[in-house]
Amino acid sequence: MEEFFSQTIASKYNYWCYIVLMMIGLYAMVGKRNMIKKIVGMNIFQTAIILFYVSLGVKRDATLPILEHHGHEGGDAGGHAAAQGAHDTLHAVPGATPDAVPDAVSGAAHATGPEALDHAAGAADAAHHVAINAADYINPLPHVLMLTAIVVSVATLGVALALALRVHRRYGTLDETEILESLRQ
Amino acid sequence: MKILAIALCLLLGGALVFVVGDFPDWGDPMSPPNDYRLSKHFIENTMEETSVPNIVTAVLADYRGFDTMFETAVIFTAALACFFLLRTWGRRPSKPDNVYMHLLTGVHVRLKHGKTLSPQSRTFARVESEILRYDLVTSTVCRLMIPFIQLFALYVVAHGHHSPGGGFQGGVILGASFLLLAISHDLRTLRERFPEVKLMYLLIAGIVLYSGVGFACMIYGGNFLEYEALGPLMGVTPVMAHSLGILFVEIGVAMTVMATMILIYNYISSLGTYERGL
Amino acid sequence: MFYQIDNAVLTLVVLCALAAINIKDLLGAGILFGAYSFMMCLLWAVMGAVDVAFTEASVGAGVSTVLFIAAVFRTSRRTKD
Repeated sequence: MEEFFSQTIASKYNYWCYIVLMMIGLYAMVGKRNMIKKIVGMNIFQTAIILFYVSLGVKRDATLPILEHHGHEGGDAGGHAAAQGAHDTLHAVPGATPDAVPDAVSGAAHATGPEALDHAAGAADAAHHVAINAADYINPLPHVLMLTAIVVSVATLGVALALALRVHRRYGTLDETEILESLRQ
Repeated sequence: MKILAIALCLLLGGALVFVVGDFPDWGDPMSPPNDYRLSKHFIENTMEETSVPNIVTAVLADYRGFDTMFETAVIFTAALACFFLLRTWGRRPSKPDNVYMHLLTGVHVRLKHGKTLSPQSRTFARVESEILRYDLVTSTVCRLMIPFIQLFALYVVAHGHHSPGGGFQGGVILGASFLLLAISHDLRTLRERFPEVKLMYLLIAGIVLYSGVGFACMIYGGNFLEYEALGPLMGVTPVMAHSLGILFVEIGVAMTVMATMILIYNYISSLGTYERGL
Repeated sequence: MFYQIDNAVLTLVVLCALAAINIKDLLGAGILFGAYSFMMCLLWAVMGAVDVAFTEASVGAGVSTVLFIAAVFRTSRRTKD
């Protein structure tokens, strides 16, 4: 019994609530007669789907999808490229220790050209935190998809309310049955 | 109708309950969406490829920038739809009546034929209509708060690379600060500071800025919205060009979203006349 | 993340949704929808989706509620269901 509870209810509680919210939203969209209520139902339905997506992306023992970072170094192009080249070398040689950095700097100072510049900045940032493990960060993909969905949902809400206002201006009511009655006359 | 709705809901709920056993457990690191190689690629390589620590912003404005451009176009279209649905042009009298409220007693005075009182009057305040009440505490507190809200919104837009935030959030907060002005004062105050035509220009300028960055990349020899091509123009490395390109795009998104929020509120609250708000 | 907070907030979300569609006052429905959005925002912050939570806090709990109230103010508060 305990096992059944933890497997079916507790570990999937988000999905149960998402189903309940979806049913509430659909019921409000179909069964309610007032237009504002229908629009509230539409928004509840949208939010339920967003809840489903975000629940899929959760990882246990993981942190927010914002990487640790240090300030970007500016400065003149030559010194910039040399420092980045140093990091590049450090990154490329697995056994390199911080003691080897001065040598690498002097070595990279000679190695100029478009190729060094291409990999430069990325390697510099990667050198600060070489050990990015995908299991340590929450899956960012559902967040990206849902972020725009929320802003689009407020746009659809605005259009829906504008339509409701047009209906109210024409028929003087927001109730579906009263509108149908006045249409029949 | 009610029975039909309940039956439809039960059908949907039953179908979803039937498949809920196949959903991955909540928080499982090895579930299919979390284990997929695309998500791993973004987490591991975003910093090297774009130098943007906030992965969500990087994916939103860089990896799927083309998609986000048309999401912005959807918001633009929503503002235009509200304009065409609700906007009406009634006949405006050349000399409209002005309504003033006596601050101590709350009595409204209507001055006909466009007569005005002195704006510096301390006993009378101009209000939009008789149903509106001029509240000294609310309007003063909101006027003090609005600059800070706008400053925070600009921070959210500009700092969206490094912390949660970005064009959508910053644009909505910027729009909400103007809505606060319209609610705490009246629509006339907002209209004088931000006329409808300027909002329309802002709405279009956001989209034009976004697609303009894309076309600039094409002019400088890259693909559409391939920010690396802008590196020589801005004098930075190709990886930093990604970061700067994302910033320009986010500013465009913020402009469109802000104008859309203000326009939709104005049309709905004034019923399309753009004269009297709430 | 935090298991218990998640479940407690989810229950509140469902309650808010039920109340928002069953209340007989449209202004109340708008306000309850704002509360619902805010609970959702809290839920997403608990689940680690900070960008989504930020957007929902500004869009759902902020602007949507204002739009609902403006629309209800311009039409009528009464409803039969």
